[in-house]
Amino acid sequence: MTTPKELRAQGATPMVAMDDISVSFGGIKAVDRVSVDLHPGEVVGLLGHNGAGKSTLIKVLSGAYQMDSGEIRINGDKVEITNPRDARSHNIETIYQTLALADNLDAASNLFLGREIVTSTGLVNDAAMEAECRKIMGRLNPNFRKFNEPVSALSGGQRQSVAIARAVYFNARILIMDEPTAALGPHETQMVAELIQQLKAQGIGIFLIDHDVHAVMQLCDRASVMKNGQLVGTVDIEDVTDDDLLSMIILGKKPGEAAA
Amino acid sequence: MTVTTSQPVTPQNKRNIFQQLELDVRLLGMIGAFIILCIGFNLVTDGRFLTPRNIFNLTIQTVSVAIMASGMVFVIVTRHIDLSVGALLATCSAVMAMTQTEFVPHVLGLGLNHPITWIVAVGVGLVTGTLIGAFHGWMIGYLTIPAFIVTLGGFLVWRNVAWYLTDGQTIGPLDSTFMMFGGTNGTLGTSLSWILGLVATVLALLVLWNARRAKLAHDFPVKPVWAEVVMGLVVSGAILGFVAVLNAYDIPTRRLQRMFEARGDVMPEGLTMGYGLPISVLILIAVAIVMTVVARRTRLGRYIFATGGNPDAAELSGINTRLLTVKVFSIMGFLCALSAVVASARLANHSNDIGTLDELRVIAAAVIGGTALSGGFGTIYGAILGALIMQSLQSGMAMVGVDAPFQNIVVGAVLVAAVFIDIVYRKRVGAK
Ligand SMILES: Nc1ncnc2c1ncn2[C@@H]1O[C@H](COP(=O)(O)OP(=O)(O)OP(=O)(O)O)[C@@H](O)[C@H]1O
Ligand SMILES: [Mg+2]
Repeated sequence: MTTPKELRAQGATPMVAMDDISVSFGGIKAVDRVSVDLHPGEVVGLLGHNGAGKSTLIKVLSGAYQMDSGEIRINGDKVEITNPRDARSHNIETIYQTLALADNLDAASNLFLGREIVTSTGLVNDAAMEAECRKIMGRLNPNFRKFNEPVSALSGGQRQSVAIARAVYFNARILIMDEPTAALGPHETQMVAELIQQLKAQGIGIFLIDHDVHAVMQLCDRASVMKNGQLVGTVDIEDVTDDDLLSMIILGKKPGEAAA
Repeated sequence: MTVTTSQPVTPQNKRNIFQQLELDVRLLGMIGAFIILCIGFNLVTDGRFLTPRNIFNLTIQTVSVAIMASGMVFVIVTRHIDLSVGALLATCSAVMAMTQTEFVPHVLGLGLNHPITWIVAVGVGLVTGTLIGAFHGWMIGYLTIPAFIVTLGGFLVWRNVAWYLTDGQTIGPLDSTFMMFGGTNGTLGTSLSWILGLVATVLALLVLWNARRAKLAHDFPVKPVWAEVVMGLVVSGAILGFVAVLNAYDIPTRRLQRMFEARGDVMPEGLTMGYGLPISVLILIAVAIVMTVVARRTRLGRYIFATGGNPDAAELSGINTRLLTVKVFSIMGFLCALSAVVASARLANHSNDIGTLDELRVIAAAVIGGTALSGGFGTIYGAILGALIMQSLQSGMAMVGVDAPFQNIVVGAVLVAAVFIDIVYRKRVGAK
């Protein structure tokens, strides 16, 4: 199998290319002419200080926000993503930083929200959804037991597991993970790391937002660093050290560049 | 993906009898409160409260508010409110009254009491209600004007549109077939009521049986067999008991005589006939069933509750929450029109003050029935039981001879107290 690195070297068309994206809220440019791309089987880390614009950038791809200018191409074709349904139809799945769960519904209802399994008569099939939910949770978080309670009764980490399950259940080709392990314990974090490796091996492309530079070094192929809405640069993980990434995040300069 | 075993279904450690029966504690509390209320009034009124006659009247008086309360559940669950339901009822009632007394007989030239009159009137009324509801929903969902404001405006507008349509006059008598939808004017009689009661019992038992089979098919835990049997007995008893009570209320002899005279017959000496199930109650039951199925078993219902729980999450899951708002208010409008049919048919005319204060009764019924104003929680049966409790309180006090102002003071206080108890209850069980 060709690795993502070889694909890039061959100049293959990326599965996702976000080109020159700008988003502003009122007067603030939250994302300022940022370009990132992603190849099959690749994990691209998005790094940056709080408020750098990472979540805003990926929300453009997931259909939650509209960009002011720029272009999104999927497998080379320009696409319009104006709402979350468009993103889903391109097999883009997202784990939001806020998790985006309906607290009053149980895990299975959240897992299938917007894509319920229905019976032949068109009614929602709760039993089938719960059975599927048990299957996927068995893989992601074997300690999960609270299937019949609203997710408001779950711990932060359990809720995060539900959000992760929702993103991976529907055979995503492009996965966006916005701080997926923020609320997880060490064991669960390790399981998510293994999950990312598995998904990567299946050729799924992943944007991973994570503040843990060490984790990014372990999991990612490339890292794009943002500062104040602008892209500092994109680097190959093989070519940099933890300290290089940290100085990109904090000082906003690429390794080898003079301090700005 | 690697295949691993799915999560095992752990048998829960059942603790008490309620959990074995899997009954909703809140529902039990409400039923308990209702029973205490009824027994209390019955004692104070020397047994006049729990007579077939009074139960029959209580039932038909509850229908109009209960129908709208089931729609209000959806509205409140999605974090909105509708202050215009009474006014909307009045407009729908006025439109239907004009249709059956002016439009069909004179404009279409079909004369009074033509067989198609009621169909045209009801059809026009339901369309009017639905369209007005949809219009409210559009302003709330797409123009993002708060529901409180839109329906506060609607409260004034529709009450006075009704006035304008009828020049402020009472319109009546209504079409003779149309009037069958209201209270004593249209009942099934005893035999048909028994047949219907038996059919309903069989259907209810089938539903219980199917639910159990569906759970077993997925290896989910089921209630012990004795608990299922108890549930089945309680449900059958409730349905047949209700039919028996309504059948036990005899049509007054004078009225019966007139009914025979109207057919050109002579009433046999000593004949008695029970009213049986009123058609309006059947409408309420149908609404309750359909709305419950919508809430629990359809995507629409799932989206309504998801949006109430977390509107942002619903949006991010691809749910069109604006269109959903239009749908929810359209349903509310439709049900207001249906209530208008029942209410005006019961009164046998359209009057200017029809539905006055209904918005408050409907909201109170939904809230007493456990619908959370913060959104995301509520049941149809709760709202209907809430409407029944409110109506019982009001009729009971009237029967005891409590002064009118005191009646309203008590109803207001009960509403506030019910919500407080609800808050305490939710904290206890840890729900939000
Ligand atoms: N809906 C919004 N309305 C107004 N401003 C917003 C909105 N969302 C984000 N912003 C602003 O845009 C900027 C970028 O925010 P964003 O959430 O993308 O940061 P982030 O890089 O994800 O930060 P964090 O690491 O804290 O999650 C911030 O200045 C933020 O205040
Ligand atoms: Mg963020």
